[in-house]
Amino acid sequence: MSEKRKQVSRRQFLNYTLTGVGGFMGAAMLAPMVRFAIDPALQTSAQGDFKAVAQVDEITTEPQRIDWTIDQVDAWYESEVTKSAWVYKTEDGDILALSPVCKHLGCVVTWQGSEEYQDQFFCPCHDGRYYKDGVNVPNTPPAAALDVFQHKVEDGTLYLGKAVPREEL
Amino acid sequence: MLQKIYDWIDERVDITPLWRDIADHEVPEHVNPAHHFSAFVYCFGGLTFFVTVIQVLSGMFLTMYYVPDIENAWKSVYYLQTEVAHGQIVRGMHHWGASVVIVMLFLHTLRVFFQGAYKKPRELNWMVGVLIFFVMLGLGLTGYLLPWDNKAYFATQVTLEIAEGVPFIGEATKTLLAGDPEIVGAQTLTRFFAIHVFFLPAALFGLMAAHFIMIRKQGISGPL
Repeated sequence: MSEKRKQVSRRQFLNYTLTGVGGFMGAAMLAPMVRFAIDPALQTSAQGDFKAVAQVDEITTEPQRIDWTIDQVDAWYESEVTKSAWVYKTEDGDILALSPVCKHLGCVVTWQGSEEYQDQFFCPCHDGRYYKDGVNVPNTPPAAALDVFQHKVEDGTLYLGKAVPREEL
Repeated sequence: MLQKIYDWIDERVDITPLWRDIADHEVPEHVNPAHHFSAFVYCFGGLTFFVTVIQVLSGMFLTMYYVPDIENAWKSVYYLQTEVAHGQIVRGMHHWGASVVIVMLFLHTLRVFFQGAYKKPRELNWMVGVLIFFVMLGLGLTGYLLPWDNKAYFATQVTLEIAEGVPFIGEATKTLLAGDPEIVGAQTLTRFFAIHVFFLPAALFGLMAAHFIMIRKQGISGPL
């Protein structure tokens, strides 16, 4: 404690208490509203279910576009949404299911989508390109390889789950 | 830090007189509950304003989830009540606040009436106050429909029938309010929503500004 007693004037004291009480009331009022507003950011993302999308023997070494639908729950709105993947067998016999969503700005890529680049995925929005294994071609806009769908094979049927970035595989 | 930012702005645009003008005014002794406890009756106007601020804020946040559409209105309200964190609290604030604001307005009006505070030179402010009261009732009425449940629907049905009862212009009024001569439905809901969140609040803000400017200009009425 300092020797000089610090004088708090009546006006200062009132200022402090009023600011404190006012701040407390304001915070009590705003806290639920802010929590309410930021709720979507705090929701845990649902683990994507695996869906049967194709028979394994239909899959070749050439990427084919496979579409399937999932039941999407968007808050109070439920609907069926079509998902797509480019699926093929790699040289060692594994199945690779690539997400068609371009890693540049989210447009949709197509296998052999450009006449000029026959063995590549092509994005028409900004001419982004990927090699067959989904790795982005250097010096085109995308900065990362295409996402890969989690997959499993049961009784000759291919099931696909969520698309995850390469690093997380 | 804050002081520095304040000084920087103040040096350039001289904002101190602006807020000083609002903040510095003496509270007369007869209005101060510390001197006469019965002076608490002077708080009702301020409380009305305080609850109005809560209404505006909670309403703004509710529109983040609410949809004014007959298919989704009820579902979105149900969703925000049951799935969103603190949804019950935020909607509860808006729901109960709507009643509290009317009660506070009424008490404020009673105080002004029985103290004769509406007399010259404050007649104009009384009139603006009455308009604010009507706007508030309008907000309560239009907001009541928005959850689109049975209570909301039939309350609005009754309101529209009452409006229709007005001689000569009744039918036109009803059609204008409901958006359709026959149906209480999609267009009624969007209209009530637009009136509830845009038209009436705009009117309310204008009227409140006039109300507050006048009370500062004329000062609070003297002791009884």
